[in-house]
Amino acid sequence: MADATTYDPLRTAGTWGRRAKIIVYALLTLFALVYLLPFTVVVLNSFRDLGDISRNGLIGLPHSFSLDYWVQAWCTFCVGGTCEGIQPFFYNSVAMVVPATIISTAIGTINGYVLSKWRFPGSEVLFGIMTLGVFMPGQMVLLPWAQVLGFLGLTNSTPGLVLIHCVQGLSFTTLFCRNYYVNIPDDLIKAARIDGAGFWRIFRKVVLPLSPPIIIVTVIWQFTNIWNEFLFAFIFSSGTHQPITVALIALSGGGTAVHQYNVESAAVLIGALPPLLLYLFGGRYFLRGLTQGALK
Amino acid sequence: MASLTISNLKKAFGSVPVLKGIDLEVKTGEFVVLVGPSGCGKSTLLAIIAGLESVTEGEVRIGERVVNSVPPKDRDIAMVFQSYALYPTMTVRGNMMFGMESRGVPKPAREKAVARVAELLRIENLLGRKPNQLSGGQRQRVAMGRALVRDPKLFLFDEPLSNLDAKLRVEMRTEIKKLYQRLGKTTIYVTHDQVEAMTLASRIAVMHQGLVQQFAEPSTVYDRPANMFVAGFMGSPSMNFLPAQIAYGAASLAGPTTLAKPAGPTVVLDEGNGQTIRLPLPEGMTKSDSDGRPVVLGIRPENLTGYDRRHTEETPYLGTIEAQVEVVEPTGAETMVVVRIAGKEVIARFEPNASPAVGERVKLAVDMAKACIFDPETQMLI
Repeated sequence: MADATTYDPLRTAGTWGRRAKIIVYALLTLFALVYLLPFTVVVLNSFRDLGDISRNGLIGLPHSFSLDYWVQAWCTFCVGGTCEGIQPFFYNSVAMVVPATIISTAIGTINGYVLSKWRFPGSEVLFGIMTLGVFMPGQMVLLPWAQVLGFLGLTNSTPGLVLIHCVQGLSFTTLFCRNYYVNIPDDLIKAARIDGAGFWRIFRKVVLPLSPPIIIVTVIWQFTNIWNEFLFAFIFSSGTHQPITVALIALSGGGTAVHQYNVESAAVLIGALPPLLLYLFGGRYFLRGLTQGALK
Repeated sequence: MASLTISNLKKAFGSVPVLKGIDLEVKTGEFVVLVGPSGCGKSTLLAIIAGLESVTEGEVRIGERVVNSVPPKDRDIAMVFQSYALYPTMTVRGNMMFGMESRGVPKPAREKAVARVAELLRIENLLGRKPNQLSGGQRQRVAMGRALVRDPKLFLFDEPLSNLDAKLRVEMRTEIKKLYQRLGKTTIYVTHDQVEAMTLASRIAVMHQGLVQQFAEPSTVYDRPANMFVAGFMGSPSMNFLPAQIAYGAASLAGPTTLAKPAGPTVVLDEGNGQTIRLPLPEGMTKSDSDGRPVVLGIRPENLTGYDRRHTEETPYLGTIEAQVEVVEPTGAETMVVVRIAGKEVIARFEPNASPAVGERVKLAVDMAKACIFDPETQMLI
């Protein structure tokens, strides 16, 4: 993030400047409220009992408070036939997102290293083709993926989803890392080559130690996208193999006549928690990494 | 013995030729400076010597070994970069040790080498710091330290001083010279600064347009430049060039002259208004059959000064010219005076206390013993 003291476009002299400032902040607050309101409703509902919700409406301040619905959502609520709560699907998601994030980030750093520091004839074209994947909608590749997973025997399995997310994520991780590494001076690599270091030693000792900012960006990006991803998860998994995003649908589409809004709210929040926490703790690194250009 | 031999080296990037046939032989213990304007190919040549660029045609030998396809790490070289290229995440000690670690030098030997070089360069107190905690001059020292911890056949310097401010640059130049005098290591040094080239080199290779224009001792390059490019590039302010003619004997050209010594060959400048200036030329600078031949006369500013009592008719090969002063530029130690001779602007060097005023007509003394005569067609020294 840019330093607040460096430049403030609203710090103009006179009443006009002050008035402009008030208008801008009012608008920003309004948009923030609009954006946060649904979230607030869901949070509040996760603590209200069903009677409270039906009496006072889905949108309303709580007249009751209980943490039970979170406990139910986590371990006893019935989802698609089993009554173990959202827990097993949460673990499915973890088992998918952790390896997929690590692998796609690791390959992204190596791709970026090669495409920025070990260019070869056609490497720019290759990079262009790889980044094309950034703009390719997921639904376009559903059928090919179905065939690949079938061929590999990974249909309806967590490793299958890990594979999909690794490959689908490579465009982003490669793009991020390559554009970051381009700013590492080439002289560093040359000096290391003269110093007797090879491809991997330069990567480990010179490039990787400079990489934490971009690795943080890539990890947050990949983790959030893979965790929240729905299309591939919905198509290529079923039953007990579903990640949490898909299981949440089953939760609302269950056979029960009465909607358990409070438990459903809690479940949705549990499902949203990991990326949210990651962003809360790593967000400033994320923004810094995205805006930070050269490292001198 | 030759430490580095380059024969008929050619390099092209795609269809663009950068080096067009370089021949250089560097003796062991020599300090060779590659100097030239930007884009002359000097940095490419250094990168090829280092093994960072491939060779299109020709041969590079380090010692007795042809190294055309030897990777940089196996060439037994060390290099100092213009950007210093210090590893930002390592301490100074880590930077200096990295090369030895890569080569599997045992730890006690590494420690010893770092201690020796740190003492030599007086950077012992910096060993624990990171590069971003160092000033420009300190980074420069560390970069040299990193090269010095190994004992390579060849030291390569790629414009190592151009990122420093003027004062520090002069200090570090002296440091490098002292270091070289102490260690006597074969060094190839690239710079675009002709002063650095003159002060540091045992031999200078002046490069231009992908070719070595002259490869000789600094004094030769300065006093007897091989061609007009070298003459103009080396020295600041640069050499004055005036179109002229060779003449033998006083009678061969008419008109009033300011001839000091009538005998022997002379150079004749045409003032354009029917007036000519005749300047004596040392014997041997030209052949007797070149009477009337058009030439370019090259005079360095320091050989074109105000005529005073130190100059007598007896001074050998002294010419005199009268000219109008157009601009006066005092620099403190000396004053540069722009005058107009034969229709061209010419820079003369005056003592500060003897500097003329603008518009004044002055009498100038030309030390023709130091003059250079070039062929206007080939631009080569005659």
